[in-house]
Amino acid sequence: MQYMLLLYGAPDAEPLYGTPEFQEMMKGFQDFNDRVTADGVLRGGEALEGTDKAVSLKLRGGKVETMDGPYAETREHLGGYYVLDLPDIDSALRYAAMLPVASWGTIEVRPLMNYNPANL
Amino acid sequence: MAGAAPQAMAITRALTRVLSQDRGRLMAVLVARLGSFQLAEDALQEAGLSALVHWSRSGLPASPQAWLLKVAGRKALDQLRSEGRSARREEALARLIAFETEDSGEEIPDERLRLIFTACHPALDEKSRVALTLRTVCGMTTEEIARAFLDAPTTMGQRLSRAKARIATTGIPYAVPEPDQWDERLRAVLTTIYLIFTTGYTSGATEPRDLCSEAIFLARLVASLRPGQPEIEGALALMLITDARRGARIGPDGATVPPAEQDRSLWDRETLAEGRALLETALSRRRAGPFQVKAAISACQMADPAPDWPQIVQLYTALLTMEPTTVVRLNHAVALSETGQIAAATAILAALRGELDGFQPFHAAEAAVALLTGDRAGARAAYAAAIALTANPADRLLLSKRLEALGPEGR
Repeated sequence: MQYMLLLYGAPDAEPLYGTPEFQEMMKGFQDFNDRVTADGVLRGGEALEGTDKAVSLKLRGGKVETMDGPYAETREHLGGYYVLDLPDIDSALRYAAMLPVASWGTIEVRPLMNYNPANL
Repeated sequence: MAGAAPQAMAITRALTRVLSQDRGRLMAVLVARLGSFQLAEDALQEAGLSALVHWSRSGLPASPQAWLLKVAGRKALDQLRSEGRSARREEALARLIAFETEDSGEEIPDERLRLIFTACHPALDEKSRVALTLRTVCGMTTEEIARAFLDAPTTMGQRLSRAKARIATTGIPYAVPEPDQWDERLRAVLTTIYLIFTTGYTSGATEPRDLCSEAIFLARLVASLRPGQPEIEGALALMLITDARRGARIGPDGATVPPAEQDRSLWDRETLAEGRALLETALSRRRAGPFQVKAAISACQMADPAPDWPQIVQLYTALLTMEPTTVVRLNHAVALSETGQIAAATAILAALRGELDGFQPFHAAEAAVALLTGDRAGARAAYAAAIALTANPADRLLLSKRLEALGPEGR
């Protein structure tokens, strides 16, 4: 099964650039990337720019409405994701616990929906 | 022909007995072989229907359990063949064929530990864990579970189907957890079992299926399948010790009686002794955990000739390091007040007020502490607040009696 690990963290809870904690976080991500690559389970993943670079769009009554960020610094935002191919939720949770963000934010683990009826 | 009707009844009774007593065992094996809770349940039901026909014709087979498993496997095979080509079908068919060619002995492996860990997976919500465990491991019917939790049978049925679907879509494995996840997963299992116990304990034994007995059955089962684990023994000890005073928890007038005031002649000595012995065994393994501490507190409440409050204070202090919850802090304060440390108790209660203002036991504790300081008006107000928050009639009666015992206002 494929699982998406969604990394949520409040910007003000994250380590600051240039601090030893920041170095440690980056090393944590590097270790994670090495691990999932070596285990052959990595299917994708990216980090996202901050919500101040985000644009939200809605279509209302046929009209496009857009709005830009940012949201409050204290709220948790989606900061990145991984897609991993794993046998079950327990292994997905095990990988999720290895992510640096788990220490200050939240990792949401979601199974990807399988649209192929042959696999249901 | 005269014997036909009684024989049919005997067969039905025998089948009902096997399906209720051995349902957990049968389901555990079937889920392992079919890889799906729903398919296993449907197949077992079909096998039951088929058993009525065959057993009425040729009598009970040598091993009704083995017969049901074999036929359930074939019913599942039929079901899968009628489905279109799918990954699930291929996988299940491969498993089934392996199972058909396995030795056809009468020995049924005990897979119930896997069943329990799957049904109690933390990815399921608490109520679904309870329902699924009672349905699949204890073999309770959906109607029985619905009644025990004051739900409509259709609501409970939907909850069970959703839980089974969630196991499949979330990829909850049918497995006993690995060592790195064992502690956390075991806690989820024991918490679920204890929740079943407390639901039965507070609702009284009016139901045909007594939830306290089901919970004790489950804890015994887990303890026998994974022996030597102190927290499992602790959880079972806690339930046995608590269950031993079940006959004394409601007085002749219908009011709740706290353990310290109970008629000790109504305690079940045998169950209490078993619980205490089990607790000793658990503690001797020197790996403390919250269930062992709670069992020890429960045992100290039943110490001879009166509760051992100083020991209870120490145990709550230990429990606070493992479970620093508001409810544990409240109980710690109550124990402190019982040992005469009223100032300390008052300080803790004051700190908890904001969080526990809507919690009946908080106000009951506040009333008891106010009485110890001679604050009768405060006690009166706190009892009134507690009564207003109580839905349980037996608790309400106890609190009302306490309030009345304070005498008229202004004294």
